[in-house]
Amino acid sequence: MTLLEQFRLWLATILPGWEWLAYVVPAIVGIVVILGFVLTMVIVFIWYERRLLGRFQIRLGPNRLGPEGVFQPIATAVKILLKEDVVPEKGDKVLHWLAPVIVFVPVLMIFAVVPFGERAILADLNVGIVYVVAISSISVVGIYAAGWASNNKYALISALRTVAQMVSYELPLILAIVGVVLMAGSLSMTQIVASQDIPFFILQPLGFVIFFLGTLAELNRCPFDLLEADSEIVAGYHIEYSGMKFAMFYLGEYGHALAYSCIIATLFLGGWQGPLLPPIMWLVIKALVVFSTIVWIRGTLPRLRVDQLMAFAWKGLLPMAIINLFMIAAEVLWLPETMLWIMGAVNLILAAGLILMWSKLFTLGGGRVEV
Amino acid sequence: MLYLRATFFVIGGPDYLLADFGYIGILLIIAVLFTVSTLLLPLTLALFGIVPKKSNPTKVSTYECGMETIGKTWVQFNFRYYFFAILFVAFDVLTVFLYPWAVNLKGLGVYGLAVIVVFFAILMVGYVYAWFKGALEWK
Repeated sequence: MTLLEQFRLWLATILPGWEWLAYVVPAIVGIVVILGFVLTMVIVFIWYERRLLGRFQIRLGPNRLGPEGVFQPIATAVKILLKEDVVPEKGDKVLHWLAPVIVFVPVLMIFAVVPFGERAILADLNVGIVYVVAISSISVVGIYAAGWASNNKYALISALRTVAQMVSYELPLILAIVGVVLMAGSLSMTQIVASQDIPFFILQPLGFVIFFLGTLAELNRCPFDLLEADSEIVAGYHIEYSGMKFAMFYLGEYGHALAYSCIIATLFLGGWQGPLLPPIMWLVIKALVVFSTIVWIRGTLPRLRVDQLMAFAWKGLLPMAIINLFMIAAEVLWLPETMLWIMGAVNLILAAGLILMWSKLFTLGGGRVEV
Repeated sequence: MLYLRATFFVIGGPDYLLADFGYIGILLIIAVLFTVSTLLLPLTLALFGIVPKKSNPTKVSTYECGMETIGKTWVQFNFRYYFFAILFVAFDVLTVFLYPWAVNLKGLGVYGLAVIVVFFAILMVGYVYAWFKGALEWK
């Protein structure tokens, strides 16, 4: 029973005859708490990424406003709020307004099933992880709508690239999740966390790597950020956006990064579990570790080309994800549960072998990748 | 309707699946309200003259690094996108079947695994065909 359920039952006892109120009030309280968490963390993430990226590029990053520049995102928000709203004359005006909403709402919806503690979850759905996969894909529709509505060739190219990329990387992502579901024996996020006495990234390293790369593509982060390749298509799908509508895309991007950091922490790093500190702190720490890795990759790797991007998804990640899936299915069936460390060792060797083998496929032709 | 009320508000009852989806419904409403009101905030400020609203033909024209757009923008797509879309649909439907199987693999046993292996093998024929036919190339 979650905290919200308990709150509801308590309200129902003191408000007899007002069951609907006892149902709605806890929901609204929970949602306001989640909104506060998301917005605070997004501001922290924006600041953190700018500082960290500054360090990676041997410069300071924003450090003027407040201690270590922590108020920089707030200043940015105020500036963006006061900007004029420009809608391109030839664009589709209704869709131009609708696109930021379609991008941002699903991002908030994901947090309904993120477990912040043993019982601290908004809706403990028994299909939690399927819900995450289903909801997070809706953002693509918003990005595509933005690219189409702008009536700009750069924006349209960017939107098309995004759709192709999302469609391709969704498959390895989903297949990697099936590995987790096999181990946990449940689709509920709380059950998945509860079943991780040993975090799953130790038991299935290959699944973790595939899921992480799929996440990078899903978030449109480097090296998969073709949709905003500045040198070819200027800014991508939000080229014609300004002011608050642009801010919505920006918030949505970081909110998505936060959501997926939390999901990776939940699925593979043991979620809120950890000694000493309160559960919510552990989740935030793990999400920050994941996000730091994402920023590190952004600061290190160059962008992929479109053909490399598609080949990597269809010829690299997809076969590996299928092998990983059947390996884990066999291990779940035949290995006794007391010998989990054998499973970890076998899977680590398998992961190293497969990655080495597949890396040969993608380095042919001395620089020019022939795939 | 009575049944719905009962499942929603039964106190401590076993069936709070619908109640959970109700929370998500409320979250959807609040999320949409939050997003729309945030987007409407600059419009409200523009009424008081705090946010500028000075439009001119150059500002609302399409941005293409200073060049005029040549031809139509809303063009037909490259057919390569459809290859990937069709492959994606095939695999996505497969994964829909995989989730319920994965939840209960221990209960199904070796027979369950064998069935999914056969199911995968059938799909793999198409995948390998697409690979050798060059449908996965981006040229």
